[in-house]
This record gives sequence, C-alpha cells and structure tokens, in this order.
Amino acid sequence: MKDFFAKLVAIFIGIYTNLRSMVMVASHTFRKRDTIQYPEVKPYVPPRYRGRIVLTRDPDGEERCVACNLCAAACPVGCISLQKAEQDDGRWYPEFFRINFSRCIFCGLCEEACPTNAIQLTPDFELGEYRRQDLVYEKEHLLISGTGKYPDYNFYRIAGLSIAGKPKGAAKNEAKPVDVKSLLP
Amino acid sequence: MLRTGPLHAARAAMITWFSNHPEVVDAIIASLKALVLLFGSVIVAAMLIWVERRLLGVWQDRYGPNRVGPFGLGQVVADMIKIFFKEDWMPPFVDKPAFLIAPLVAMTTMMMAFVLVPVAPGWNVAGDLNIGVLLFFALAGLAVYAVMLGGWSSNSKYALLGGLRSAAQMLSYEVFMGVALMGVVMETGSFAVNDIIAYQGAHHWFILTQFFGFCTFALAAVATTHRHPFDLPEAEQELAAGYHTEYSGMKFGMFFVAEYVGVVVVSGLLTTLYFGGWHGPGAESHAWLGFIYFFIKTFIFIMLFILLRGALPRPRYDQVMAGGWKFCLPLALVNMLVTGAVILANQGG
Repeated sequence: MKDFFAKLVAIFIGIYTNLRSMVMVASHTFRKRDTIQYPEVKPYVPPRYRGRIVLTRDPDGEERCVACNLCAAACPVGCISLQKAEQDDGRWYPEFFRINFSRCIFCGLCEEACPTNAIQLTPDFELGEYRRQDLVYEKEHLLISGTGKYPDYNFYRIAGLSIAGKPKGAAKNEAKPVDVKSLLP
Repeated sequence: MLRTGPLHAARAAMITWFSNHPEVVDAIIASLKALVLLFGSVIVAAMLIWVERRLLGVWQDRYGPNRVGPFGLGQVVADMIKIFFKEDWMPPFVDKPAFLIAPLVAMTTMMMAFVLVPVAPGWNVAGDLNIGVLLFFALAGLAVYAVMLGGWSSNSKYALLGGLRSAAQMLSYEVFMGVALMGVVMETGSFAVNDIIAYQGAHHWFILTQFFGFCTFALAAVATTHRHPFDLPEAEQELAAGYHTEYSGMKFGMFFVAEYVGVVVVSGLLTTLYFGGWHGPGAESHAWLGFIYFFIKTFIFIMLFILLRGALPRPRYDQVMAGGWKFCLPLALVNMLVTGAVILANQGG
C-alpha cells in the first residue's frame, strides 16, 4: 500500500514537471528574440575584431609598410605575398602587396608580426564575392588613408634606421650613436 | 431570341435528368466536398511545415523562417519545390514492393482518417458512418504498417530498430486508445461522429465529463502520429532517422506529409470528440462560423502538439510501455467504469 502511494506521488510529480516545462517553454513566446536580423540590422562588432586586413599610413600620410616580409613569414596559410622596393631616400616600400582572402584565416599573426603597425585587422567581415578571383586584394585595395588603431605611431621617427634627411640617432627616444672607439680603455 | 438548337436541347435534357435523379446530384456534391476536404487537409498539412518551424523558433527565442514571402510563408513552396526535385534514390538492398508500399500506406491511412472529421455543419464525408470512431482505430492500426514495413523493407539496422520500436509503441498505446474513447461513445450511445457532435451541442462538451478519457486519448493520439515525445521510431539522436532512414525524395516527403496530416487529423478528432467540434455560438445557422470555430479549436491542438515537441524529452521505450500499461490503461478502464456507473445511475437502474 505504501509502495502504491509512493508510485502515485511519483506519477503526480511526473505530470506536474512535464506540465511545468510546457508552461515554461510556452512563456518564451513573450521573450525578446535573440536573433539579429542581419542584413537589415548589423551586429555589434568589437573594435579589435579580426576582420578584413588593411594597410595603414603613418600620421604624415606615408605608407607604413617597410616590406620587411615578416607578415608573409608569420602567415600560417601563406596568403600574403609582397615584393620589396626602395625609394630614392632609402626607405623600403612594397612594390606590390597581395593578400588572398580566400586563403586568409583571419588569425591576426601578421598584425602581431608587423614591426611598423602597418598591417592591421579591422571589424569589417562582409567579404563575400561571387568570383573567387575577386578575393585577391592588391595594394590599392588594401591601403587606407588613415592610421588605423595607432594614430600617432610613425616608424621612422622611432626607429634608428637612417634614411635621407634623417641620420642615425635623430629619432625620438633614441640616443646618439656611440663612437665605439671611445669605449676603449 | 428563341433558344433552340441541339446544344440547348441537350442542356435541357441534362437538367431534366438531374432533377429526376437527385441522388446523383447529391453524390456529385458529396464527392466535390470530399475533394475539397482532401486538398484542404493536405494543404493545411503542408502549411504545418512552416507553422511548426515558426512556432519552434518562437519558443526558442528565435524568429523561424521569415524571409521567403510574407511572414516566411513562401518557405512552404520552397520546401515543396526542393523535395519534389530531389533525387528519389532507392538503395539496392531494399525489399522493393514493401519499400514502395510503405509511404503510400502512411499517406493513405492518415488521409482516409480525415473522412471522420466534420469541419463544419454538413461538411464531412463519413459523419453518419455507424462504426464512426472505430474506423479511426482501424486506420490508426493500419498506419503502423507503414512504419513497420518501411523499417523492415529498408534492410538496414537503424530502420529496423525504428520499425521495432514502432511495434513496441503500438503495443503500448493501441490498447488504451480504444478504451479511452469508449466513455464518449457510451455517453452518446453511438459511434457516429455526427451523433457525438450533436450530443455535445445539446448537452455539454465531453471534456467536462470525460477529462481522464481525454487525457489518455490525447496521449495515445500523439503516439499514433509518432510525434514528439513519442517519436521513438524516428529518434534522430540514436537512430539516424529511424524507419525512414533509407528513404529519399518524394517517398520521404510522403512520410513527412503523412506525419503532418496525422497531426491535423488527430487534432481535428480531439476537437470533434471532446471540444464540441464545430459547435459554438451561432454555428448552427451559419456553417462558415462553425468552420471558424472548428479551425480555431483544431489549431490550438496543433500548437499544443508543437509545444509538446518543443518542451518534452523523449521517454525510453520501456517507459512508454510502462506508462501505457500501468498508468493509462488502468486510468482509461476506471474512467470507462465510472462513466458506465454514472449512466446507469442516471437511468435509475
């Protein structure tokens, strides 16, 4: 008899819990939707989101890229290809700079590798194309007119590399070159 | 202008013949009504694809398909076009005749069961059939053949397990389904659906006196359609797709539509048997009002079906059997017993 009542209680609890979960699920009718209706409503993308890759310029409007090839070396899928060239004043710049976005995995290693903050990833993720060839971006597609995430950074003002009009040691935070012979005892 | 000529004479002769044979006219009208009901039920069943996806979306804090056409209604058309143009591939290892018959059985039995459902006053096919609801039991019993044949003829393990489970499930719910409904039949004193509806119009809806009968019959009805939570024969998580694993293209589509037709039929039957069918204020004089009442009631049941799918977990099949035999069958029997006692007491016996 005791067993019978225990079973009866279990049955009532079972019916109650099932009805309860049905009511709970039905109550979701009046909740806010989680869906973002994408093409009409754009989702919020954080500023440091790793989307389309750009090449930035320094505050003077010059290209930041010095064609050091570190980004291409760091790239795990090998989607970056560039060719070094030299300006009259001795500055290096990429003759061409090509990113194949059909290969790119948006890992951001190129950005981490870049010594001049030239290559940067942006929050733009809408890269869809109908033709695969259109996903190969050349330098004119990659280069933007702004400075990106680092507004004041100018590599040649920081680094000790000498170019025409800027001898060694003339840069900010840089000591004058030491005459090694003066260090002799 | 005097209307003469052979054409006019033929027309006049036809009119005279038809007015002399009113039974032929009645038969033609009845057939047309039956066709309207058939296509109506299939169209509603097709619309359920969209309804179900929207409602499940709503209950999961999503929108569901809302892009194709107004409110996403074009999704129905898109889905149908897709399923019509899919390759209808038959695996080489199947047992061909049974494999072909199974989806037909699924579709036909469920659509035939719709003859019982009066959607509006005077709008049904077999409302006065004297075996009435027994026909539904017969067709529900036959519908199991679709699943079992499909599962067996597929010659694959998942499908076979699905068919096996379907058989086990049938053994648990068929037993008390008939008993659960007997209370209604006993109160009405007739198996005919029209009599049941007329009784409910004259007295009360059967949900009031046959609450436990309704509960058990509703459970059995869900199990009949193989819908969640009694979708053991097609449990996606453990059986791939269950009995229709090997089906593709339109053959799968027929199983798919049969399931939705089943939902419509069973919801319509629950409405008819326990919620007064098309009865409501003003329905006797205006047939269209009766249809609207019927539609609203049925749609609430359809939504309940989908809510069940959205909310409840699937029991193991020993749990289904235990629930059927140890809980629902005794409850249905007690319900029948008490109904009989009350009827006898009211007769002054």
